[in-house]
Amino acid sequence: MGRSLKKGPYVDPKLLRKIEEMNRRGERKVIKTWSRASTIFPQFVGHTIAVHDGRRHVPIYITENMVGHKLGEFAPTRFFRGHVKSEKSSRARR
Amino acid sequence: MARIAGVDIPRDKRVEISLTYIYGIGRSSSQRILWATGIDPNRRVKDLTGEELARLRDHIEQHYRVEGDLRREVNMNIKRLVEIGCYRGLRHRRGLPVRGQRTRTNARTRKGPKKTVAGKKRARK
Repeated sequence: MGRSLKKGPYVDPKLLRKIEEMNRRGERKVIKTWSRASTIFPQFVGHTIAVHDGRRHVPIYITENMVGHKLGEFAPTRFFRGHVKSEKSSRARR
Repeated sequence: MARIAGVDIPRDKRVEISLTYIYGIGRSSSQRILWATGIDPNRRVKDLTGEELARLRDHIEQHYRVEGDLRREVNMNIKRLVEIGCYRGLRHRRGLPVRGQRTRTNARTRKGPKKTVAGKKRARK
């Protein structure tokens, strides 16, 4: 279910404050954040945000298309490296 | 030949059903179209007058995005998701379910026919 419109989109207030501070100064710094649930606001465009994936911060460059998505959508938390090689011997033993 | 919104030529069936042969029009929109144009949904397409067909054509053109345009829109949306590299885009790329469904079993619509993996026995030790 979607979020109630009455509340507006969620963004970590601290994160938003940092971004706006940077916008005012015209700075471009990578900000680390754990706030995967934060919505990407138009103010974020052009910044690089390092989103925590549970292990490290994945740097993500925000483009215009990403507005409205959540930060977490861009930093996958699961890594699938393929299935274990089938053991041929187990077959021969049967 | 009844031609509405490009190439679709459903005939002999009730209008309500025939319209659903157009990509982007299902039962609900079909009923709404007929209600708006004042055509009885039970009539057959072949019994419609040219004027009525024209009315349908106009109405659909003005209020609905169908066929090629709709397909293009859908593809653009998917392309956008893929390009920004978000989770949903990644799922589209891999041809897996996008909306959090289970993939341990089922998900055959997205994954296609079963590809049996040989030697999937229980792990030893």
